[in-house]
Amino acid sequence: MHTLEIKDLYASVETKEGRKQILKGVNLTVKSGETHAIMGPNGSGKSTLAYTLAGHPKYEIEQGQALLDGQDLLLMTPDERAKAGLFLAMQYPVEVPGVSMTNFLRTAKTEVDGKAPAIRTWTKELTEAMKRLKMDPKFATRSVNEGFSGGEKKRAEVLQLEMLAPKFAILDETDSGLDVDALRIVSEGVNRAKEKDNFGILMVTHYTRILKYIKPDIVHVFADGHFVKTGGPELADELEERGYDEFMPEGASESALA
Amino acid sequence: MANPQEPNAAADVEMSQYLADRARVNEEKIKQDDAIIDQFGEYTYGWHDSDAAGEAAKKGIDEQVVREISADKHEPEWMLDMRLKGYRAFVDMPMPDWGVDLTGFNADDFKYYVKPVGKQAATWEDLPDDIRTTYDRLGIPEAEKSRLVSGVAAQYESEVIYNSIQEDLAAQGVIFVDTDTAVREYPELVRKWFGKVVPPDDNKFGALNTAAWSGGSFVYVPKGVHVDIPLQAYFRINTPNMGQFERTLIIADEGSYVHYVEGCTAPIYSTDSLHAAIVEIVVEKNARVRYTTVQNWSNNVYNLVTQRAYVREGGTMEWVDGNIGSKATMKYPACILAEPYANASTMSLGFAGAGQYQDTGAKMIHLAPHTSSTIVAKSISRGGGRSAYRGLVKIVEGAEGSSSNVVCDALLVDDFSRSDTYPHVDVREDDVSMAHEATVSKVSEDQLFYLMSRGLEEKEAMAMIVRGFVEPISRELPMEYALELNRLVELQMEGSVG
Repeated sequence: MHTLEIKDLYASVETKEGRKQILKGVNLTVKSGETHAIMGPNGSGKSTLAYTLAGHPKYEIEQGQALLDGQDLLLMTPDERAKAGLFLAMQYPVEVPGVSMTNFLRTAKTEVDGKAPAIRTWTKELTEAMKRLKMDPKFATRSVNEGFSGGEKKRAEVLQLEMLAPKFAILDETDSGLDVDALRIVSEGVNRAKEKDNFGILMVTHYTRILKYIKPDIVHVFADGHFVKTGGPELADELEERGYDEFMPEGASESALA
Repeated sequence: MANPQEPNAAADVEMSQYLADRARVNEEKIKQDDAIIDQFGEYTYGWHDSDAAGEAAKKGIDEQVVREISADKHEPEWMLDMRLKGYRAFVDMPMPDWGVDLTGFNADDFKYYVKPVGKQAATWEDLPDDIRTTYDRLGIPEAEKSRLVSGVAAQYESEVIYNSIQEDLAAQGVIFVDTDTAVREYPELVRKWFGKVVPPDDNKFGALNTAAWSGGSFVYVPKGVHVDIPLQAYFRINTPNMGQFERTLIIADEGSYVHYVEGCTAPIYSTDSLHAAIVEIVVEKNARVRYTTVQNWSNNVYNLVTQRAYVREGGTMEWVDGNIGSKATMKYPACILAEPYANASTMSLGFAGAGQYQDTGAKMIHLAPHTSSTIVAKSISRGGGRSAYRGLVKIVEGAEGSSSNVVCDALLVDDFSRSDTYPHVDVREDDVSMAHEATVSKVSEDQLFYLMSRGLEEKEAMAMIVRGFVEPISRELPMEYALELNRLVELQMEGSVG
């Protein structure tokens, strides 16, 4: 059993208008096997939370801790966080021309595990995982994310999630830009990986439709840089009906913040 | 032109895995390499051994030196005339006022002819001990023994001292000797083509080579013969201030194929060295030649090289060119597409680190209908280094149905390095297709973050991005050269993160 504990987290980012505080006192505890949905209006800072936890250099920590089994992730470099067991499936994965998916995945697996995977079993597992995600075998030889469609990029992220077997997975808007079929395939991939590795999930999403496929145990509403409400799956249904208006800062409409 | 990448897709995967495995599993080996590098300074091959012959040779060049070189080699009259023509052109021609900075260049600072041993050795064991040690360090005998190369011509200073060729090649009529021997033993073949593709007065440093050339390889592949494995030569400069002027001539007769691989390493010296080579290639009807260079001259060498191919009907010429070392390189492999359906490609990589200027590119001269050319030029600049693509595509009137495609990609690793593109296009025919695409990119924070978030340390993430950038070139190299190129690039990248 692993625990990810975010304590009183404040973080800011440099903008054209100067330094802007985005995370304003985030507190959250996730345990192995739990799925937490983090929902909120656009611009509320929920993606910032995801990237801050993974260690993107753009975000500056002002205060707080993110303890994975007692170790503060915020004191680590991004690769150390990955080795500690954190995985972030990104909304916009970047292209790395000339580096094949196979080479990339194998290198990542070797780094995360601290030893190279056995070639035979690795190749077999990779091929099968790709088949389940309905990915063309040619993907293995293509450059990382280069020329991938939006849906292909998301599948590639889930493929990495399956292969790297983290302790905690952050899914940042994994549902965005997917049609129904792709959403189902990607969600099944996440569920399969979770069943195998029993990791905890922080699922950042704006819409409720992914929750039909990946069932959350706990639903949080994130607004203005912190959690404003927490409930069971039924909270998602309320949000579906009523939207985020009641959580918006006074005078601001969602479109203005988007 | 056949797409060279398709059949390599599977090999590419293996290659990537091989590289990844090597980087990881062979950490011991890398540690040993690093220890050697520490021992010899930053440059891997930066040792030099005792050098009795080099110390005695005199500096500078004049007509007398040229005559002495020719007399010492017992050359025929026509070759002496050729040398003298070259010498006069060298004296008459002004220094290039473009490209790399040559203001510090003085022709009198260099030695033009050094003769290390009295006769050519027939086997490795015949070589003097110190020279054999040098080659052992370069790993030549291993490559030879494992039959990675079908013939090895190792040039030590001005003379080719060791030369071997596998018997089956010789049985097919393939000639692979040093050029001095070729002048003696194959005078008609040599005389027919020597100085025809690159005339004595072509350019200042080509003229200097014509005057002072020594060594280099001569290759003749008879009609229809396919040489399956690469012919390989290794060059080293060992004497301080030693100008090296090897002269290579490759003739691929009708329907033949050959891949020639040249690797260069030079030891470190405190004064500047000069390398001014000429490579002439004749691609006869429907023949195909690939010429691969990975040069890693130490950072005090002027590398001023003229490489040119003359391509006849339906022939294919491919230059693959990696420029990692040297203080200043000027090199623009050229192809003269002289007859219909001739085609050519140049794939080049320039890596300019601190204090380096890589001025490289390609020239494609379309003289006949339905000729096609492709240029892929990649450059990496870091630590204040400067790289430039300088290219010429010329399509003359009447060369209808010809096409040319140029792609230049520059990668800047930091904020104070420089990359320039000087594409020159001269098209005098309407019915042609011409494309030029240039990109300059920086290693982005997001790329680094993405790879790091998957467990790669910053240094490894940076190396992976750079390896990916050079991959279109390294995939074209024989395996051991691809490994060397990647290793050299990694060495060059050291200290770029932090």
